[in-house]
Amino acid sequence: MKLAKFMTSVAVAAGLFAGPAAAEDMRIALVVKALGIGFFEAAAEGANEAAEELGGVEIIYTGPTDTTAEGQIEVINSLIAQNVDAIAVSSNDTDALVPTLKKAMQRGITVVSWDSGVAEDGRQAHLNPSSNALIGNMIIKLAADHLPDGGEVAVLSATTTSTNQNIWIDEMNKVMGDYPGIEVVSTVYGDDLADKSYREATGLMQSHPELDAIIAPTSVGIVAAAQAVADAGKIGQVNVTGLGLPSEMAGAIESGASKSFAIWNPIDLGYSATMLAHQLATEAATAEPGAEISIGRMGTITLDETNSAAMADPFVYDSSNIDAFKDIF
Amino acid sequence: MIAHLKSREALLMGAIIVLVSLVATRFPGFVTPSNLVAVFTDTSPLMILAIGQMVVILTRCIDLSVAANLALTGMVCAMINVAMPDLPVGVILVVSLVMGAFLGAINGILVWKLDIPPIVVTLGTMTIFRGIIFLLTEGKWINAHEMSAHFTAFPRATILGMPILGWFGIVVALIAVVAMARTKLGRSMYAVGGNPHAAVYTGINVGRTQFYAFVISGMLAGLAGYLWIARYAVAYVDIAAGFELEVVAACVIGGVSIAGGAGTIIGTLLGALFLGVVKNALPVVDISPFWQLAISGAAIIIAVAFNAQSGRSKGRVILKSAEHAQ
Repeated sequence: MKLAKFMTSVAVAAGLFAGPAAAEDMRIALVVKALGIGFFEAAAEGANEAAEELGGVEIIYTGPTDTTAEGQIEVINSLIAQNVDAIAVSSNDTDALVPTLKKAMQRGITVVSWDSGVAEDGRQAHLNPSSNALIGNMIIKLAADHLPDGGEVAVLSATTTSTNQNIWIDEMNKVMGDYPGIEVVSTVYGDDLADKSYREATGLMQSHPELDAIIAPTSVGIVAAAQAVADAGKIGQVNVTGLGLPSEMAGAIESGASKSFAIWNPIDLGYSATMLAHQLATEAATAEPGAEISIGRMGTITLDETNSAAMADPFVYDSSNIDAFKDIF
Repeated sequence: MIAHLKSREALLMGAIIVLVSLVATRFPGFVTPSNLVAVFTDTSPLMILAIGQMVVILTRCIDLSVAANLALTGMVCAMINVAMPDLPVGVILVVSLVMGAFLGAINGILVWKLDIPPIVVTLGTMTIFRGIIFLLTEGKWINAHEMSAHFTAFPRATILGMPILGWFGIVVALIAVVAMARTKLGRSMYAVGGNPHAAVYTGINVGRTQFYAFVISGMLAGLAGYLWIARYAVAYVDIAAGFELEVVAACVIGGVSIAGGAGTIIGTLLGALFLGVVKNALPVVDISPFWQLAISGAAIIIAVAFNAQSGRSKGRVILKSAEHAQ
């Protein structure tokens, strides 16, 4: 009985405090895996961009100094004490943050996860950078865009059992009909080892002399394939594309071995996570399966049955923007 | 004895020729001179490491830390290059040799002075070396655009139609052939592995000889480290992960006895070349990747089975009565 009374008074107090705070600036905390990582600094930049666009929003960019769940729990506890309006977190552990985030939600704080998600109990919605279907389509589109007259492409994957890569290749095969004239002549596996991927890429160029592009949806493979193409003197003839990180691919873009490749854009991701958190915190949208939520310049996302959504197509990097991103991540 | 070893190597050479011609029936481009040079060059790091490994195995030890040594030394070379882009390649080569030798010496000291079994020592240092790379880099990569042009171009520069990387394999092999046959240290390696007790009576320090074997193995691993990083133009924690097993396999295929004391440089080179041909042929002969692992494993077993078969006749029956009693 006493406890119930206490709980009520806490709820009332929380309501009293929350009221005036919302009337002033809405405070959205962007909690990242660790401070000082280029990828997340860029996400914070995107979050600030969203705040400016929305107006009346203050971004608190924070995170632990190393990538631990314990560190994030401390940070989140202090955010709860500050009574922020929303927390958008890229978590270091799917489950460890759940109790703390639940506590935050009980205090009326909107909680969303982005990039690296937390279990369903611990957040209202989750924002994935992209979806398997979008990635599958993007990797073949990257190759096809540079082959207006069609041509032969080959896939250099990670291991035969890599779940992500296999799903992406399946999704790619589903949309092959949209790219007439493009033929996938072979799928080989570099086991995410630089030397084996290099050898496989060399083998592809030998057994398919007419090869126009190598699609490597893995960061080790794409770098090794680009090196193999450069060493074989086939720059301009064979285009290496797929998924890679700008810092790792800058050399390949510079040499011309790769015309373009894709990966998520951290700026867009930070922007969208902030937009999503704002929409939910202002109750402009509710987090429920099937809900369509507008996230500003990035369009609209649709929550699936686990309340997660995919932001957009992977972002394409080429010689025009690689210099801006190669120092970020 | 000499004739026997020669025949064993002839057998392996024959196996390689059969393998290459089999591949050629499915993919004729494989036997063009330029491709054969490319295969040889690609196998060069394996040959360099296998020679070091052979020396260690001869002394009844094993060095499982070679791939980790390669990765750590390679990473340090890359970091030096990033910090001082204008440093000439010659200095980097010296650094890689010295650092590799130092890491090998750690193994050697532990085996020699503390008498810990080599497989335990090198399993430990293997993990420690990889761990140190993680500490140095915090898991970050060093990428092509961060390395200076001459650093990555060096192993690729061609002399007489073959990249320098390939020439390194040849030079190391030549030095090793002479050293194993003509130097006191080379002969004592065989003595220590063949019969350690007899070696002691002839005045050879078994522990010290093993120590030198580890230093040589480490030095060659360090050299291969720079060449590897420069060739693939990328350095990260998992470089050459699992490569130590391939190196041991090359030795075993080449007829180096795991029990120590027996083995030749030529055999080891052919063993490495055999693996190199298999690795380079599989991507071009259009075999399902799901079969590739099984096929390369089977090739190793077949090669070793041949060796074991030819090695068996070596034994002499010295107790006729005991033989009949069995």
